[in-house]
Amino acid sequence: MRGGGLLPVAGLLGVLAAGQWLLPAYHHANLVRIMVLALYATGYNIAFGYTGLLSLGHALFFAAGLYGASFAATLAGLPPGAALAAGTAAGGLAAAAVGVLALRTAGVAFMIVTLMFAQAGWLAILALGPWTRGDEGIVLPDAARALAGFDLSDDAVRYPLALALFAAGLLACLWLVRSRAGRVMVAMRENEERARMLGYDPFRVKLAALAISGTYAGAAGAAYALMFGYAGASLASVQYSILPLLWVLVGGAGTVAGPFVGCLLMFYLIDYASSLTSATLLLVGLALLVLVLFAPRGILGTLREKGVRWLP
Amino acid sequence: MLLALMEGLVSAAVLALTAVGLSLTFGVMRVVNVAHGEFFMLGAVLAWFVTQAFPGAPALGFALALVVCPLCVAAIAVLADLLVLKRLAYEPAPTIVATIGLLYVLQQAALSLFGPDARPVAPPFDFRVQLPWFGYSGYKLCVILAALALLGLVWALLSRTRIGLVMRATRIDREMARAFAINVDLVYAGVFGLGAGLAAVAAVLIVPIRQAHYLMGADPLLLSFIVVIIGGLGSLRGTLAAALLIGLMDGLLSTALFLPPTVARIAATLLVALVLVFRPQGLLGKAAA
Amino acid sequence: MAALTLLEARGLVCHFGGLRAVDGVDIDLAPDEVHALIGPNGAGKSTLVGLLAGRIAAQAGSIRLGGRDITRLPAHRRVRQGIAYTFQITQIFARLSVFDNMALAVQGGAARPGGRPALKREVAGALDRVGLADRAGEVAGTLSYGHQRLLEIALGLALRPRLLILDEPTQGLAAAEIAAFKRLVAGLPPRTAVLLIEHNMEVVMELAQRITVLNFGQVLASGPPAAIRADAAVQAAYLGG
Repeated sequence: MRGGGLLPVAGLLGVLAAGQWLLPAYHHANLVRIMVLALYATGYNIAFGYTGLLSLGHALFFAAGLYGASFAATLAGLPPGAALAAGTAAGGLAAAAVGVLALRTAGVAFMIVTLMFAQAGWLAILALGPWTRGDEGIVLPDAARALAGFDLSDDAVRYPLALALFAAGLLACLWLVRSRAGRVMVAMRENEERARMLGYDPFRVKLAALAISGTYAGAAGAAYALMFGYAGASLASVQYSILPLLWVLVGGAGTVAGPFVGCLLMFYLIDYASSLTSATLLLVGLALLVLVLFAPRGILGTLREKGVRWLP
Repeated sequence: MLLALMEGLVSAAVLALTAVGLSLTFGVMRVVNVAHGEFFMLGAVLAWFVTQAFPGAPALGFALALVVCPLCVAAIAVLADLLVLKRLAYEPAPTIVATIGLLYVLQQAALSLFGPDARPVAPPFDFRVQLPWFGYSGYKLCVILAALALLGLVWALLSRTRIGLVMRATRIDREMARAFAINVDLVYAGVFGLGAGLAAVAAVLIVPIRQAHYLMGADPLLLSFIVVIIGGLGSLRGTLAAALLIGLMDGLLSTALFLPPTVARIAATLLVALVLVFRPQGLLGKAAA
Repeated sequence: MAALTLLEARGLVCHFGGLRAVDGVDIDLAPDEVHALIGPNGAGKSTLVGLLAGRIAAQAGSIRLGGRDITRLPAHRRVRQGIAYTFQITQIFARLSVFDNMALAVQGGAARPGGRPALKREVAGALDRVGLADRAGEVAGTLSYGHQRLLEIALGLALRPRLLILDEPTQGLAAAEIAAFKRLVAGLPPRTAVLLIEHNMEVVMELAQRITVLNFGQVLASGPPAAIRADAAVQAAYLGG
């Protein structure tokens, strides 16, 4: 298997931990959001980067976590910890349910089937206006966001919490991809027919990978709802299926830290471009084109190919 | 009911054109072109500019737009292909990133130059056709006919000419085509341009009915993908059938089954998913595509 | 009887549209034999082994492995039951290391070693048997063609199968490599039976204890090499005199 990887990952997490005290308020707040979204991207990478499942339906799993946690907190009155768990489970279950049907297809058909399920979910959120309030969204009351006496709307509280979630997700991902199961996932990506003739059931392996990936998305969605106090239909739209794909591709598919790098870069790219010009997307688009020409395997993927072998 | 059918036919006709364009790039080049919807949008927006240049003569302006816009869009597409996609060797993952980048650039360009508002384009002529049951816009009928004519042209191009043969050969085996002295780079650039041009023609045709707007590309992109996959890759008849199905489905589900529109759309969306799950090769495609 | 027959297929049928690729084939394999499958191109050899391995579903007929009916078992379950299959066109994980390729095979087979040291030992042993022991760290796709073919066979062997199916294994190999291949295969029984599709008659005659000849999806003849060589029908259809 590829080198250790634990050291660079620990280093990244250490730097992020130091950020709690060192970062100026603006970037401190930004990183909370980036870490939650990077958790989402890390999960996407397990399905896409390692197992080769190009899903366009992850917004559904993200939304399952988002609304699962929101409803658990508001309608059922659960404490945030339980709401987070409920949202995480909702993401995993949604992914498993979609997987049972969608994994009968492969390639582009799989893309479209997952996309269709996610679109149906998004439309359902719009149709259930009385409960979800559609595009306008639900605002979670502060009472639902107090975790053991800590206020989740306070950056000093949610930064370490976001870091803890992201760290757990990143380390679990590292462990997974270095395990026997991770190797089998890669085998499915590389050559499914060969893997089948070595005794592995493609359907089971891919379903497990998708469910794990959906669990990550659910956890990220739930954390998003609880930390930012908002759940709206726009977070379930197709854009939120394409974003994790973009982050993973930019950072490097099939690298452990790539999704975080991609997420960080895209966030600050948009941030920086909008400070320069009102034509933000023009700059972002051009930057993507340049990036992809010079680093077609994503940043970490290309670096690793160029010989920086220790990158996780 | 019949009116819903006619509206559905108009949507289906335009969708079929857009989807055939996508099917070409997708089928021949194996490229997932996320920016295809933006080529559509660009066609509509350019049509507005062209017709604005001839305020007195809507018919002349429109006729000009019908020729100029697709050519401009095709030129942009060819440029994008040569400058970016070719250098990526059309590998799937980088190509997706690149076309997302292209999407951002085109969308922002339209927003900056055209503005955030939806703008109408006057139809080139305005008369009503009196059908036995009700009157109907003559222009919409012409859209259907024009789309059918263009589809016929594409079909003839693909199956009756040397260009079509070269394209099919490239599609089946890129390396083999190269060995037979086919300039694959040229074929790819041409196909990418043709695909974009078809989307632009479709947009010009529809823009007098629906207004031009810089965000109008998203729906055609999603719907074309669905149509291409449901219809089966490389099957022109399948694409046409799927476009009809998708174009008519929304309207029919809500009028025939008395479902509220959103529920009808949910049902239609799930139906598409289930068709693919149980017939992954598409409705008319051959197995093991 | 069970001890004498490892695999027993009866009345296998597989039609593609109008093409009768396999049309009512019976075949028996002993647990300790090398059995060759020969026949002209398009006779249905690859389809037949595809049916046995479970890559293609049989439209009629039955397959029993060690007395147990496996006709409806999916391919990956058959692998766990002890049927290993190597592809005619080399199918390895080209972007993974040779070690990772082998580890996947070792852990996919019926007998699974526990722990990392045991896995390493097992992989090293399997690579040693095909003479690739010093290549474990290399990326599989960078190996020479001959070595890739060997890796393909090693993957099958690492599954510790009861039956190893080889689809044209010597195609494209150099003479020296073919000699090494013959030694390797000859050493497999009695632990592993071999079903071999092969066009190189020299290899067939040297290795096989029994030969089955297919033609137009049906068994033309079956028996020991000497009998097959003398069979008039086979000569007419295949050996061509």
